[in-house]
Amino acid sequence: MPRRAIVAAAMARDWNQLFILPEGAQPTAAPAEEGEQRRGFFRRLRQNLSKTRQALGAEIQATLFETLDDETWERLEEALIMADVGATTTAKVVMQLEQEATAGQVEGGDALSARLQELLAAIARGGDEPFEDRIDVTHTPTVIMAVGVNGTGKTTTIGKLAWHLQQELGLSVLLGAADTFRAAAVEQLAGWAERAGCEIVRGPEGADPGSVAFEAVKQGRERGVDVVIVDTAGRLHTQDDLMAELTKVRRVISKQLDGAPHETLLTVDSTTGQNGLRQAKLFSEAVPVDGIVLTKLDGTAKGGIALAIASELGIPVKLIGVGEALEDLRPFDADDFARALLS
Amino acid sequence: MFDALSEKLQATLSDVRQRGTLTEDDVNAAMREIRLALLEADVNFKVVKSFTASVKERCLGADVVGALNPGQQVVKIVDEELTALMGGSSAGLAFAPRPPTVILMAGLQGSGKTTATAKLARFLKENNDSSVAVAACDVYRPAAVDQLVKVGGQVGATVYEKGTDENPVDIARWALDQAKQDGKDVLIVDTAGRLHVDESLMEELKEIRKAVKPTSILLVVDAMTGQDAVNVAEQFGEAVNFDGVIMSKLDGDARGGAALSVKAVTGKPILFASTGEKLDQFERFHPDRMAQRILGMGDVLSLIEKAESQVEEDEARELEKKLRKGEFTFEDFLSQLKMMRKMGPLSSLLGMIPGFQGSQLKNMKVDDRELDRVQAIILSMTPEERRRPELIKGSRRLRIAKGSGTSVQQVNQLVKQFGQMQKVMKQLGRGKMPDLQALMRQAR
Repeated sequence: MPRRAIVAAAMARDWNQLFILPEGAQPTAAPAEEGEQRRGFFRRLRQNLSKTRQALGAEIQATLFETLDDETWERLEEALIMADVGATTTAKVVMQLEQEATAGQVEGGDALSARLQELLAAIARGGDEPFEDRIDVTHTPTVIMAVGVNGTGKTTTIGKLAWHLQQELGLSVLLGAADTFRAAAVEQLAGWAERAGCEIVRGPEGADPGSVAFEAVKQGRERGVDVVIVDTAGRLHTQDDLMAELTKVRRVISKQLDGAPHETLLTVDSTTGQNGLRQAKLFSEAVPVDGIVLTKLDGTAKGGIALAIASELGIPVKLIGVGEALEDLRPFDADDFARALLS
Repeated sequence: MFDALSEKLQATLSDVRQRGTLTEDDVNAAMREIRLALLEADVNFKVVKSFTASVKERCLGADVVGALNPGQQVVKIVDEELTALMGGSSAGLAFAPRPPTVILMAGLQGSGKTTATAKLARFLKENNDSSVAVAACDVYRPAAVDQLVKVGGQVGATVYEKGTDENPVDIARWALDQAKQDGKDVLIVDTAGRLHVDESLMEELKEIRKAVKPTSILLVVDAMTGQDAVNVAEQFGEAVNFDGVIMSKLDGDARGGAALSVKAVTGKPILFASTGEKLDQFERFHPDRMAQRILGMGDVLSLIEKAESQVEEDEARELEKKLRKGEFTFEDFLSQLKMMRKMGPLSSLLGMIPGFQGSQLKNMKVDDRELDRVQAIILSMTPEERRRPELIKGSRRLRIAKGSGTSVQQVNQLVKQFGQMQKVMKQLGRGKMPDLQALMRQAR
């Protein structure tokens, strides 16, 4: 049985589109291979569909809009809630669609489903003022900081991101192992550094994370690498002291390099429910969050909380994680996400 | 949140008081609020639907009498039904008639299995006096074995590991043989995180189960899980028919509706709750309290229990006597301070008090360092000074300030505050002092 979910299958956005690359950067990904991969994804998609159909709200697009009555809107509501979109954002979407349908602006099942997808994708894109959904890696060096709750997949995300930057986009990467708290976190990151073929800066276990981050950025500058990615320890957003520590790590980084970190990514587990909103809110209060990495989309969870985060907090999703393999970190695509949300 | 729900319900049901009974319209309106509250707490949609249907039955025609307002009345019914659904009283872990008891841990990636393995090992060592071993069968996640070696060692469990080159099924089988040879009471088998839709890894889990024939299989579920908790629990249940659940990361502000979903869908009890980063922050799960948490009612009972386990009865009696006589000294204060801090950081204590949950707690800066400072000052006093604070003058203050890394002002402040406290206590002692122990028994 294939392990990837449907989001992985549809893949309209390329890595090159995700990054603002420095001039003269030479992406090395072989296009032929990419095409092959994509066919593979679509095959898996079809195989997966039979399974996904049994899952929640499967028949949504097929039959939902055949008749329009109260039950229609209730079922749509149910499907969105089941995808973890949350009551507020769900109400917003359903109300909008219902209004348009009642006013006769949108007619017919196909048009309604298309409009629904459009509405969802628009929210994911940031509504009237679209988000900057790219990552600018033109700084010298660009510093990316990864933050998030324990177990959401920070270290794995960093490893894969480093691999893509180094192997596919031809940028040199340096990792900073500032998760000095969790047992063996540094070893885990070192494993990824080896796979990605990049260097890693580490301190002793229990070292001050700020000093490791500082050292990583400093060495990144000295060695002239393109991107420094700083890993931080997982922490619950309710732990004030640990959140303050995060603010400090950020401040230390900016002391070493003005304007850094240029990108702060928050990893959110797609199985997370409404608490994801609290996570995004409190993390961005501690360090301004530029983008969400929505991980573990290869299960049955739809990751609808990302839509709530985009809608209520204005933070875009930039990357998705759909599995354990290196190529399973992918740029986020709003249309694919909207489609998968109700499939 | 509970208050918010209560208030909302009260507003919704404001005119019920005069009529005396809840009509269908009233109940429908109330159920909308309940439904929303439960969905916000991440209780599964389908569970919410069937739950509100059954609660509605009970509310219909319920007499609104006595001291409760209609809103409170509805909340009371909801709370009772929720507790019943969560499984009533708390369940225990099964032990094998002949050791070793084998516990197999399973769950999604990042749910907290490895940490829970070490915490459970510590819990069984402390509370059951068991000799515990853990087996490192997560050969996939980089450095997972290292992590278990470290945390397993910290809690004093024997760690059986064979690196990452061997098959997890073989490691598990070998670990069981080792545990038998070493005469261990309990063997906890940590496994790799896996997705419930990953058939090959689920197959592997079944193989491990076959190899070690566990006494119990425990599913570790992240308290922050959303609607998908139901799918995860159902599919793990289908594959390995787990016996119970450990809720992890309950120290956050997640309302934990997943617990209700999992219980409602699989019928399996939730046995333990993981409540912090430290390895001793792990406790038996209390369904009634979880029901209240889902409704946002705080966790007063847990707090009382924590206090009970930390405060020895004799000490409490001794202290009470001193308080009455006004003989409370810095020595006593220090031991009180230490006792209180054994219960955990102040912020986590406050989190259990209703009205302090979630956002409110955020605005309240609880500074544990303030207590560190107080403790340092007292520790820098001589025993004589601790018993007779009036001795602390001039050069003594300077010495204490230097010794504790504080300033003379800070020392002055503490001594002054302490003096005031003593005075208040003396007054209380002469008047009526509540019987501390009776209070505690009542609260139980």
